Amino acid sequence: MENTNEMELIFDSRSSNESFARVTVAAFMTSLNPTVEEVSDVKTAVSEAVTNAVIHGYENEVHNIYIRCRTEERTLYIEIEDKGRGIEDIEAAMEPLFTTKPELDRSGMGFSFMEAFMDGLEVISEPGKGTVIKMKKIIGKGRKLWTAQPL
Amino acid sequence: MKYQVQENCLTIFLPTELDHHNAEEIRKEADHLIERNHIRYIIFDFEETAFCDSSGIGVIMGRYKRIYMLGGEVCAVHTNERMKKMLTMSGVTKIMHIYEEEN
Ligand SMILES: Nc1ncnc2c1ncn2[C@@H]1O[C@H](COP(=O)(O)OP(=O)(O)O)[C@@H](O)[C@H]1O
Ligand SMILES: [Mg+2]
Repeated sequence: MENTNEMELIFDSRSSNESFARVTVAAFMTSLNPTVEEVSDVKTAVSEAVTNAVIHGYENEVHNIYIRCRTEERTLYIEIEDKGRGIEDIEAAMEPLFTTKPELDRSGMGFSFMEAFMDGLEVISEPGKGTVIKMKKIIGKGRKLWTAQPL
Repeated sequence: MKYQVQENCLTIFLPTELDHHNAEEIRKEADHLIERNHIRYIIFDFEETAFCDSSGIGVIMGRYKRIYMLGGEVCAVHTNERMKKMLTMSGVTKIMHIYEEEN
């Protein structure tokens, strides 16, 4: 297809790679001409999913985190995967303020922010196997193409 | 971490990127300062902060809990619209005052 683009990224689950991951996805999406606001939304969502893989998925052990991105027309699709411990109860985990690590000062708002800042969120997880977070963001939703305006 | 202590008030100048990686350091240093200086009030200054996620919100909530137990208060200054939205969604604005800019 013509208007598509893809990239894949594999990196160590170190907290220092959280900013690397969100900046890389932000750079990848520039071809869609996003607003500053849209870039911030995506950066926050990527940061949440990668941080969760580091803290909860791998519990601070160093293993691989996988990011797959794809743009199709003006939609950005992101998948973030870890092969860590997985989530027991996905529904409970997605509740605002729910966290299994309150002793680490977690706010439990990660999934709520991913939901609020993106246009789609799907969580696939199996205990002992790992977690895949699938998100999408439609770029330029509020913007009208000038070519669509009557001249 | 950049900070300032004046009597029992600690101002924390939050970093440009307030994520999990930086939140860990703020947590350790702030708790050390709270103990050593008998801190009762904390001002979180967001002036330099361009990026924040739920780990940043977590470090603020955690400091609030500590200070509240000691009978003190926390507040925030220089928050932009995005930070305000995140703080409101997490319910932090119910426990923490946000001072608006003076123009
Ligand atoms: N990749 C993951 N692997 C295992 N558990 C996860 C993962 N992501 C999230 N979780 C679980 O979901 C809970 C809620 O996640 P989140 O909303 O980001 O809050 P927080 O990270 O502050 O705990 C976590 O406390 C954890 O139990
Ligand atoms: Mg999280």
